[in-house]
Amino acid sequence: MGLLNRLNEPFEGGGIVLGTVEDILNWGRAKSDWYLQFGLACCAIEFMAVNAPHFDFMRFGTIPRTSPRQADFIIISGTVTLKMAERIKRLYEQMSEPKYVISMGSCSNCGGPYWEHGYHVLKGVDRIIPVDVYVPGCPPRPEALEEGMILLQKKIRHEAIFNKRKRIAEEDKKLGLNIK
Amino acid sequence: MQAQEIFDKLKEKFNDDILELKADAPSDPIILINGAELFNIAQFMRDKEELDFDYLVDLISLDLGDNLGAIYIFYSMKHKHRIALKAIVPKDNPILPTLENLWRTADWLEREAWDLMGIKFEGHHNLIRILNPYDWEGHPLRKDYVTPEFYHGMKVPY
Ligand code: SF4
Repeated sequence: MGLLNRLNEPFEGGGIVLGTVEDILNWGRAKSDWYLQFGLACCAIEFMAVNAPHFDFMRFGTIPRTSPRQADFIIISGTVTLKMAERIKRLYEQMSEPKYVISMGSCSNCGGPYWEHGYHVLKGVDRIIPVDVYVPGCPPRPEALEEGMILLQKKIRHEAIFNKRKRIAEEDKKLGLNIK
Repeated sequence: MQAQEIFDKLKEKFNDDILELKADAPSDPIILINGAELFNIAQFMRDKEELDFDYLVDLISLDLGDNLGAIYIFYSMKHKHRIALKAIVPKDNPILPTLENLWRTADWLEREAWDLMGIKFEGHHNLIRILNPYDWEGHPLRKDYVTPEFYHGMKVPY
């Protein structure tokens, strides 16, 4: 967005930066995402690697929160069993808006290795909560999860805040969609 | 102590309830026993000085078609010998005595065998599911188990 670049050559009068409220809010939101500290199966091990200094997840402005009330997004990192699915849904509902979901790994995308004989596995976490970014892999490399994080930040950056429904409806109209 | 010696020791005490020794099993030597006498045999194995099986390593349950099977693996820290006991029970009335009072670890192992294979352990103080949700229906590792269509409104098949 170039906000920071402009600080060097301030607007006439000095110290003033111009931008739309939406841009500035979204800039702030995208750069300080707090996630719910939450891991499920083997993918969570890879997720720990992302958190460790080698891959340094915190450079994206993320901090693990132990309470869903303080979290902006949740990473579903692993196999979603039917027993866990209800808890995940509750955690998601406890998070405050706006909230986002990254689905990490084949298991939470679509059931993964358990797609056929997993009597106990939910075949995709998107059956219970809406997913913003899917990261494929079994498990995904840390780089892949980081790309997912970048995609999520992009999504947040371009999000409408004011007149959201109206603008989305307009855009849909432009695309020729008729979504109620 | 060698498997044959252990077998002879048990045979000497319990005669007909000790059925057969399978020494060439790929894992531990297996002794086939009469399930109804399981508790007494296990207690003897634990308390007898020369046997002294103080550790219940694992409990494995099997679906054998018309029957269910349970394999108990024992280890002695003192004598460093291992042996497995195998008991077979009919599928329509799968009841075994609990070993919970001999080895505390049997508590959860038996709950697992009940949850996944449906073997009832008589005398267990709290025989409830351990892995599946409490309201789950059926015992999923049985070969004739049918995966449910829905669980709490969530679709189960792919
Ligand atoms: S996707 Fe693979 S690594 Fe990740 S939880 Fe599933 S099985 Fe484990």
